[in-house]
Formats: sequence, structure tokens, C-alpha cells
Amino acid sequence: MSFPVLSTILLAPVAGLLTILCLPEREERLIKITAAVATFVSLAFSVYVFLAYDKAKAGLQFLETIPWVQPFGINYALGVDGMSVPLVLLTAIVIFTGVFASWDMEHRVKEFFVFLLMLVTGVFGVFMSRDLFFFYFFFEVAVIPMYILIGVWGSTRKEYSAMKLTLYLLVGSAFALIGLISLYLAGSAALGYPTFDIATLGSVGYDLSFQRWVSFLILFGFGVLVPIWPLHLWSPDGHVAAPTAVSMLHAGVLMKLGAYALLRVGAFFMPEGIKFWAPLIAVLCLVNVVYGALVAMQQRDLKFVIGYSSVSHMGYVLLGVAALNLFSITGAVTQMFAHGIMTALFFALVGQVYHKSHTREIALFGGLAHQMPRVAAGWLIGGLASLGLPGLNNFVAEFLIFIGAFTREQALFGGLLSFRVIAVLATLGVVVTAIYVLRVFKHVFLGPRQAQWDHLRDAHGAEVVPIAVLCGVLILFGILPSPLVDVIQVSVGSLVAKLESAVQIGGIF
Amino acid sequence: MIELAWLIPLLPAIAFFIIIFLVRPLRLFSALTAVVAIGLSFAFSLAVLAEVIWRGISMEQPLELASRWLALPGLTVEAGLLIDPLTAVMLVVVTSVSLLVAIYSIGYMHGDPGFSVFFAYISLFVSSMLGLVVANNYFQMFFFWELVGLCSYLLIGFYLHRPTAVAANIKAFVVNRIGDFGFMLGTFMLFLGFGTFNFLELAEAFKGANPAFLTLTALLVFCGPVAKSAQFPLHVWLPDAMEGPTPVSALIHAATMVAAGVYLLARGFILFASAPQAQLVVAYIGGFTAILAATMALAQEDIKRILAYSTISQLGYMVMAMGVGSLTAGMFHLTTHAFFKALLFLAAGSIYHALDELNIYRMGGLAKSMKITSGTLVIGALALAGVPPFSGFWSKDEILLAAYSHGYAGLYVLATITAFLTSFYIFRLVFVALFGRERAAFHAHEAPGVMTVPLVLLAVLAVVAGFVGAPFVAHGFGSFVYFAEPEHAVPNITVMAVSTAVALLGIGGAWWVYGRRQPASEPLAAVAPALHRLLYHRYYIDDFYLWIFRVIVLGLGAAFNWCERHVVDGIFDGLADCIRASGRRLRRVQVGRLQSYALVIFAAVVIIVFWMALPVLGGIR
Repeated sequence: MSFPVLSTILLAPVAGLLTILCLPEREERLIKITAAVATFVSLAFSVYVFLAYDKAKAGLQFLETIPWVQPFGINYALGVDGMSVPLVLLTAIVIFTGVFASWDMEHRVKEFFVFLLMLVTGVFGVFMSRDLFFFYFFFEVAVIPMYILIGVWGSTRKEYSAMKLTLYLLVGSAFALIGLISLYLAGSAALGYPTFDIATLGSVGYDLSFQRWVSFLILFGFGVLVPIWPLHLWSPDGHVAAPTAVSMLHAGVLMKLGAYALLRVGAFFMPEGIKFWAPLIAVLCLVNVVYGALVAMQQRDLKFVIGYSSVSHMGYVLLGVAALNLFSITGAVTQMFAHGIMTALFFALVGQVYHKSHTREIALFGGLAHQMPRVAAGWLIGGLASLGLPGLNNFVAEFLIFIGAFTREQALFGGLLSFRVIAVLATLGVVVTAIYVLRVFKHVFLGPRQAQWDHLRDAHGAEVVPIAVLCGVLILFGILPSPLVDVIQVSVGSLVAKLESAVQIGGIF
Repeated sequence: MIELAWLIPLLPAIAFFIIIFLVRPLRLFSALTAVVAIGLSFAFSLAVLAEVIWRGISMEQPLELASRWLALPGLTVEAGLLIDPLTAVMLVVVTSVSLLVAIYSIGYMHGDPGFSVFFAYISLFVSSMLGLVVANNYFQMFFFWELVGLCSYLLIGFYLHRPTAVAANIKAFVVNRIGDFGFMLGTFMLFLGFGTFNFLELAEAFKGANPAFLTLTALLVFCGPVAKSAQFPLHVWLPDAMEGPTPVSALIHAATMVAAGVYLLARGFILFASAPQAQLVVAYIGGFTAILAATMALAQEDIKRILAYSTISQLGYMVMAMGVGSLTAGMFHLTTHAFFKALLFLAAGSIYHALDELNIYRMGGLAKSMKITSGTLVIGALALAGVPPFSGFWSKDEILLAAYSHGYAGLYVLATITAFLTSFYIFRLVFVALFGRERAAFHAHEAPGVMTVPLVLLAVLAVVAGFVGAPFVAHGFGSFVYFAEPEHAVPNITVMAVSTAVALLGIGGAWWVYGRRQPASEPLAAVAPALHRLLYHRYYIDDFYLWIFRVIVLGLGAAFNWCERHVVDGIFDGLADCIRASGRRLRRVQVGRLQSYALVIFAAVVIIVFWMALPVLGGIR
């Protein structure tokens, strides 16, 4: 067996976590350095996996399997394909920069980093699992620490938001669990032996009516996490309450778990089922995009703006999923990556402003670019990425999604609406996004210098790391998108081939 | 040499990164980096132009170099170069004006705290603009199209402490976004219909395509130029864009970026030629914009705003030229306009540099104290007014001739009236600001050499640039840049005489009203206050848009926000409250009193017995 690269990525945060547990509480600096080193190991290996992934061979690579509970067919099985490689890389980048964004954390430092590393282990696990049991296990590992992290280290109605977030996600995962167990039972029955292996279960042709209802459970369960309108409210509230690094992970990575699961379990297991529900997803995603953007325009708290912009941008991911073709799904996965980086950047920046000024009220700010030029530059780059400016990663993603949706010829709801109309209306979202992004930038960073903010110091030392890394990634994959898109499209290609061979079921849509 | 043409956009981009990350603290070094990079691009552009002529690369036989930027099965996006006479001319125009403006800015921006950043932005702009010019496909065009928009945003808001500047840059960006939305849909339509973005492949594919499809596509693509080249109804951003530093107004908002829309019409000319109805829309939008903006210019008092409306009006001419089917005339006017309008703006900048004043009614008599500036400004004004033999005359004449000879009588008349208005408003500026008495106490002084030398060079170009396309020149502009077949300008004495006459009439009229009497304030405001208000407030179009934004967009946002907090959140929080409340109620069932438990058991037994007895009693069948 070759060197277990994926286990190293997965277990480096665990090793860091255990080391931190052994460190005395007052050694705050040492704790932070341990976390940084642990996440750096994950990052380094993630970059290696990204570069070493063989695009010509495609499929699952870097396989590792350790048998666990044989009678039920449960194995500790890891592997990545073109869809998960960028998301593993995303997670590694976000947690690495997130540690630096938490460098000025002072309250219960030890526990904070323990839970943060636990959270990220769960996220890595979801993206790398080839086993449905571990897939769900890691999923829950990712959700639970979030409750504690927000409840203890949060701000602004933290108990309420933490409880809200946890309840939404647990209700969602309860539905998803029923779906996953049904798939396990039906799949194992069809195969004649019990297995949780995702690839094997995915190759079973499930009964059509079974697909229709189970894919709804999956859609509902994981859709909460995306978040799909109207199940999205946990996310802006959670964003606002969470401490900086948790917001970064939460918006940057956790939301992608939902969309990833929709593709990995929903579309891959039940192509007919997803096709059946696609029109509903398409309409809801439009609400996400337009409604999210217009609500974002009305917010007075910086974090709420970003929270709703995430709702809006994740709508594009859903549009990509709903259009179900090569361009759009490739775009959706690219958007997951790009949005993750962009939103992590935003939260890192808000965190710096909030930490120093103790407010996030947009109306109180003005002219901060005079005092904090680096923060302003970072914010501008994030904002431009958000509005889909060419030269930044998000543009490539949105372009692929739009062109995928635009080229889809499908009448929805008995010809009342065509997919192209949805694509056009969703594209209109880029105009609304430009308005709110630039208005917020203006209100906070531009305008005359205000003496009351003269004590704010620009980003320096460890604070520069997240800005530089995240902006760099946005620009790099904006100018040269092929390395990213090529990895994604090889795996999306096989998924789309499967979708195209699936029959269309008639029905209420 | 042409194979190295990709260096032309790349060099200024490198300069941008060098300035931002390396030499920013060294101010003069930053400026030099930018100037050297742009200078090299200029030299390469000249070499490309020379080689295009020498190798006989024509509009029909362009040279294309491309590599794949992004590729999925069924979708290829290229990064490439398309070199033909159109590209070569545009490259030289952009790099030459950029170089002169960059040199001028060393003097103009002297002492500004953002000096280095300014040159970084200028480099980024030049790079994006050149990337747009060399593009071989619509996607690349759109890519750099948006990037020049970004540079415009950054430079309009360059004085970020000014509230007006940071309001203007949002307006510019958002208005352009609206146009770009259409442009983006247009490129999607092209991909949908023909599976490619490449200009040359599309040109082949248009043959035999569905005309209705092409018309819709062309109109969507046209949305881009409407915003970028400030055509009605998306012209509103350009006057506000004058909040940027004056060299920026000259370079971006007069000579180059705003002309990108016209360039796109030229590059995609075959699309419009294949969709005659769309082309007609282009022609009338252009003609209408030309006269609309010219009337607005009549009532403005800010020197830069007068020039801004003039730019809109002149862009209208170019768009109209494309619409009436003369690529040559449109590009010719783009070229001469780039020189004389940059000249006018830089001269205005020189005045502002000296006086710190933009209102022409607080100037006067500058011809005495600022000889070079005033002299060059008059040359620019003569070129704009279309007085022979200045460059503007030849190019405007081409457009008028195209409208006249292609059978657009209405547009020809409109354009001729506009020509009169043009010479009237620009000489209003000249007579009020440069001649007559000094209306305020100021100490005007001539600008330093680093500013006056570019002025003089541009003035020379504003005089001579027209000769490349003058009708008496054999193998002139029209045999080089054209669509379908070379255009040999045949002089039409009537058209020339009329345009010269209206230009002189305009100058005379301006002298009669403003030169002779030397009014202290705008005489139109006294004579026809209602008309003056209407023109001064730009027909209230901006206010109307602002109303739409405030009431409809923000109103919708507020309604959604209310719905979000009260309906959506209300339902889910209500659900949670329901569960909590039912728990509180149900708790009362288990209070531990045996009597009540016994009562429940007894009641249950009664119900069960009754239930079991039902069939006997004949209840359920």
C-alpha cells in the first residue's frame, strides 16, 4: 500500500487536536502554532493531491480501504475524484487561513481550536469518504462542533442562532438519514449482499417511484445545508453569530457539503429522481439568487450582507445542479470552490474590522480605506469576485453555469416556463449583486476620512495571511481556470453520461 | 514581429504588478515603469502596423493566433490575437494616446498622495484595453470589456474622499453592468446558435442563419456598446464619470474605453450587416444620441461636463456611422476623435491645474496667460467643430456622406444640425473661458513642459490625422480599414460645403452670443429659463432612473426583507414555538396524581369497549 495521503490530510487536524489537548491552557501561542502546523500539513497534501490527480485516468484515486464492520459491509474507505479534489483543497485553504484569522482569539483558546479542528476533520471526511456510513458519520461530526463554537464564542444572539442552526441541520440530516438508510437497504437487497460502498450502491438501478421519493428526502435533507430557499434562514443568522474562523468554514465549506451531497448521493444514485425534481430546484434557485440579492441590499450589518449574498450565490450552484448538463455541473462545482474562497475572504475581513472597531453596523463606517488600505483592497477583490468580474475565479464558474442553463432546452410546468427564462433571470442577478456589493464597499471603505476610526490599524502580521492567500487563489484560478476546471470536468463527465442515459419520468412537472 | 503582438497587452500588465508589489514607495519610479511599458507597447504597435501594411495583411486575410484558455467537450474558449488593419489602427490609437496621457499625468498628478497607484491603474487599464483590441473572439472581448470597466470604476473613484466621486463610480459600473448583461446574453445566443465565440468562425456561420435569431442576437450584443459608449438610454454615467482625474477623463472617458463600444460594432460588423433591422436600430440610436447630448452640452457650465456631453454626441456619430453601414467612416472618426478629444480634455486639465476651477463662467482671458494651453485648445475645438482642414472635418464628413449616400436622409439632417450645435457649444466654451475679460481673480500660469509637450503633440495629430482619410488621398484609410470592399471616398461637394457652412455658422453664433457680449452668466437662463432648466438637468433622465432605483429596486428589497423576517422566519420560528408550547401543555398530563391517571385509564377502557361493541351495535359496516 502506498503512502496514505488522504488519511494524512484527514488525520493531521486530529493529531493537532490531540496535541492541543495535551498542551497547557496558557500556552496560547503554542496552541495556535500547533493548529497552524496541523492545517498546513493538510494544505500541503491537498495541494499535492490536486496536482497529482491523474486527469487522464479520471475516476476515484488515492484509494485507501480498511475493513471495519464486515457483516454490514462498513469500511473505512477513502478516495477522491474530480469533484471532491477541489473541495478538499478548498477546505484545506479555508481552515489554514481560518487559523490565521483567529490569531487574535483570546477567550478559551484551547477549547476553540480543539472544536475547530474537530469540525474540519468532519468536513474533510465527507469529501473523501467512499463509504456511505462514514459519509454520514463525518457529516454529523461537522455539524455538532458548530453548535458549541457558535454558542460559546459567538456574538449577536449567539444562543438563538446556534440552536436555530443546529435544529435546521439536524432536521435536515434526519431526513437525509432516512434516505441514506433506504438506499442502503434497497441497494443491498438488489445486490444480494450488504454494502455501504458508494460506487457499488450507485451502480444499482433503483426503482423509479423509489427514486422519486428517496431523492426528495435527500434533496430536502441536504438542501437545508445548501441552503435552498425557504430553508435558508439558519445560514444568515448563523453567519452573523459565529466567530470569524467558524463563519469562514461555515459559509466557505459547510454549505458546500449540501451541494456536494446532492450531486454525490442525489444525482449519482438516483439520476431519474433528480431529473424529476430538477424543475423545482430550478425555480427555488431563482428565488435564492434574486430574492437573496435583494434582501442583501437591505441589510445593515456587514455579516448579514455576506450571509444573504451567500444565499444568493449558492443559488447559482443550485442552478448548475438543476440544469444537469456538463457545463452547468462543472460550473456548479467550480462555483462551490470559488464561492468558498471568496466568502472566507469576506468573513476574514469582517472579522478584522469587527475585532478592531467592535461594530459591524454599515452606517457607522465610512472612509475606512484611508486607515485600512489592505483590508479595503481585499474587500474590493472579494466584492469583484462576488459580482462575477472576469479575471477572478467566480466569473468562470458563473459563466459555465449560465451557459449550461442557457443551452438547456426544457419546458417546465407544462410549458408555462422554459429553462432558458430561468437562466436569463438568474443572469440578471449579476446586476443586482453589483449594486449591493459596490454600495456596501462605498459606505464602509470610501468617502472622507473619519477621525473616529483613526485608531484602526491596517492588517498586519498574521492577519495578512488570509487576505493574501485567498485573493491570490481567486486571481490565480480566474486568470488560469483550466487546471481547476479540467479536474472537475473529468468526473462530471461520467456523472452526466449517467444522467443522459437515465429515462425521463413524467409527472407533476 | 507580429508573432510577438501578445506582448503589447502583457507589458502594461507586468508594469501594473511591478508598481503594486515592488516600486510603489518610489513615486517617480512607478511613473517611469508605466511610461516605459506603455511606450514599448506603442513601439510594438507601430511595428505591427508597419508589418500589416508591408505584409499586405488585409481585412479579408487577417492573421490569427490563438491558444485554448478553457476547454470542455463542446465548449472551447480561446485566448487569442486577431491582427488585421482594424486591430493595427486601434492599437496605435490606444497606445499613442495612452503614452501621451501617461507622460502628461507625471506633471498633472505631481504631489498627489496616490501618485504611484494612479500609474498602476493606468497600466492595468491600458493592458485591459489592448487585450480587448486584439481579441479574436467575443468571450475575450467580454472579459477585457469588463476589466476596462473595472479600471474605469477605480479611476473615477480615485479621489475616494470625495462623496461625488464615489457615487459616480458606482453609477458608472452599474449602468455598464446593465449593458453587459445584454452583451453577455448576446454571447450566449451566439454560442447557442453557432457553438463558437470566434469572430472568423462566426462570420462563416452567419451565412444562411435564421434572420430573426440574428436580429435578436445583434440587439443583445448592441446593449454592450450602448452602455460602454454611453448611448441613449444608458448615457447617464459618462458625465458623472468626470469626477475622476482629468487625464483619466481624457484617456478612458473620451479617447479609448468609451470608443470600445464602437470598436465592438466594427469587430462584429458582419453580425449587424447580417441583421439589417438591428443595424437600423443602431443607426437611429446613434443619431438620436448625437443630437440629444449636443443639446445637453449647450447649457452646462462645467468645462469637463461640456466635453463629456460632446463625447457622448461624437460617439453617437460613430455608432450612427456603423448603423448606416460604413465601418470606415466610424473608425476614421474614432481615430481623429481620440486625438482631438484627448487634446481638449488635457487642455481643460491644464486649466484646472492652474486655476483649480472648472466653471467656465469663473474663467476668462486665459488666452493671455496660458498661451500653449489656449492655442492647443482652440485647435482641438476647430477639429471638433469640423472646420477644414482640421482632422474632425474629414472624418465627420465621411459620416455625413455615408448617411447621405446610403439613403438615410433623416439621419443626415439630424447629423448636420448636430454639427451646428457642436461647433456652437465648443466655441461657447472657447469664447467664455479663453477670451474676454477675467471673471474672477486668479493667477493663471502655464503648465510645466511635461504637460505642454503632450498637448502640442496631440494638437499636431488633431490637425494632420484627418489627412490619412481625406478624399484626395489615394489608398487612404478607406482602402485599409473597411467591411466587405475597400471604400474610396468620393468627395461630395454639397455635403462638404454644407458641413463647413454649419461649422462656421456655429462659430459665428457662439461669437455673437458669448464672444461679443462677454456675459457674466449663462444668457440662456435669462432668455428661456424653462428650456435652460430642462437642458441643464439633462431632460431629467437621471432623476427618473434614480426614482426607479429608489422606489422599485429598493422597495422590492424592503418588501422581500420584511417577508424574510416576518413570513419565512415567522413560519419556522412559529413551528418551533408550536412544538415548545405543545410540550408545555402535554407536560400537564403527567403531573403524578393517581386519581387523574385512573380517570384516563377508565375513559380509555370505556372508549375501547365502545369501539369493540360498535359492529355488534351496527355502527361500522
